[in-house]
Amino acid sequence: MSNYNQEMIDKYRGNFLKEVQDNVEEGDWVKMCMQCGVCSGSCPLGPHWDHPPQEIFMMIRAGKREEVLESTSMWMCTSCYNCIARCPRGLPITHIMHGLATYSKRLGLAPQQQPTAKFAQLFWDNLTKKGRVNELKLGLSLYFMNGIGEGIKTSLKMKDIGLNMLKTKRMSPMEYFGGHSCKDTKGFQAMLKKAQELEEARIGKSGS
Amino acid sequence: MAKHSYSFYPGCSSQKAASSSNYQVSVDTMCQELDIELNEIPDWNCCSASIGYAGGGELPRLALSARNIALSEQAHGDQDIVATCAACWLATRETQERLNEDSELMAETNTALAEAGLKLKNDKKIRHMVEVLIEDIGYEELGKHVKKPLEGLKIAGYVGCQTNRPFGIAGESFENPKYLDKMIETVGAEACDNYEKKVSCCGGALAFSEPEKSQALIKDIIESAYDNGADMIVTPCPVCQMNTEVYQDQINATYGTKFKMPVVYYSTLLSVAYGKSAKEAALDGQIIKAKQLEDIAGK
Repeated sequence: MSNYNQEMIDKYRGNFLKEVQDNVEEGDWVKMCMQCGVCSGSCPLGPHWDHPPQEIFMMIRAGKREEVLESTSMWMCTSCYNCIARCPRGLPITHIMHGLATYSKRLGLAPQQQPTAKFAQLFWDNLTKKGRVNELKLGLSLYFMNGIGEGIKTSLKMKDIGLNMLKTKRMSPMEYFGGHSCKDTKGFQAMLKKAQELEEARIGKSGS
Repeated sequence: MAKHSYSFYPGCSSQKAASSSNYQVSVDTMCQELDIELNEIPDWNCCSASIGYAGGGELPRLALSARNIALSEQAHGDQDIVATCAACWLATRETQERLNEDSELMAETNTALAEAGLKLKNDKKIRHMVEVLIEDIGYEELGKHVKKPLEGLKIAGYVGCQTNRPFGIAGESFENPKYLDKMIETVGAEACDNYEKKVSCCGGALAFSEPEKSQALIKDIIESAYDNGADMIVTPCPVCQMNTEVYQDQINATYGTKFKMPVVYYSTLLSVAYGKSAKEAALDGQIIKAKQLEDIAGK
């Protein structure tokens, strides 16, 4: 468990709602939930959540910190925005779920083997390298994210799809050697570094 | 000088030999016919779509789209930003809204942008290509260019999620938007009126990380198109297109179905109806061939 997690535990002393309001993107909205359940009923992956959004909101208020942050729930969000479009109170539920996912990852509480948590990190690493996504490398890193053995199995399973993409020129092996990129990668990365620094400074401020 | 000029954000998947490069080919063809000029934002970057949140916090993610908007302001000051990809459009618009609502975030974003020598004003309109077609060109004008009506074709208009929510197209409902059906009718084909999976989710990026769960959703989307007698599906979104097209063999193997449903972009439909060749309409980018469109294009 990270020091940051312990700092937050010490700081909020069981007031998890306040912790979410202060530290989670759009977390201020959580208290507005009236428990109607439309979000949970509208979610395409609803049946697969340990705790659907409505439950998550109540659990936050009930102070169930670890149960929320360690759950796989918010990693089930497909970003379809059904919940946002339908919420009678106008909560930005999709963004809150993303925010909870970001926060749980930052605290070191996100489930280690959660496939979307892993894939989303691969996606971020991929795009920040050159400013644009390298689809071929992203696909390969996804197949091999659980080790070489499973990677070969997955690659074989996906072989036909890959060949179809190659045949229709919607994929190119050349992407492996270089590939698409921003020209000003230096400026791009300096910008991201600065954004990260500023965000960390803000987090530090709320944590002090 | 073209009649309509825009600052264009193509997005990663539209690049050469990327997964929706066929979308870009057909968009270029369509725009040429309609006298729409797309000026690519110089040196644009990825928007991190809706899946950047594991690695990137709020500010780094906002900075990504802010850089694109700032570059657009610099290069094409008076032109609206237009995106063809649903996720690109959504991320850019969300960034604009969030920064306009939060002056502290806006100031921090500009501090980050300064590292790349940029500054953000953030007052541009950020639009999806279908908004341009509907609002700036209009159905009537879209129809005037039809040389080969797609008569006899029945098409399921699959709008999907992010072209529809949370922003959507002005005047359309979230639950049953009609614009794609109207486009289908504008090119002389018949729209599936009761296509109940029109705005259902295909799993989005989770098709990669949670294939079984996503393919269950995709199966229903395709099945519903068959139930409604569709010859093909049309969509405005690169992720919808890819997810509903490329996994059909795997879905058939899992569920014992016999799906072979072509899924095309609206820009491909329009290009064929405008009398363009199969290549110009990017029909060669179909993994599941749209035979009926090929026949019309070949006539």
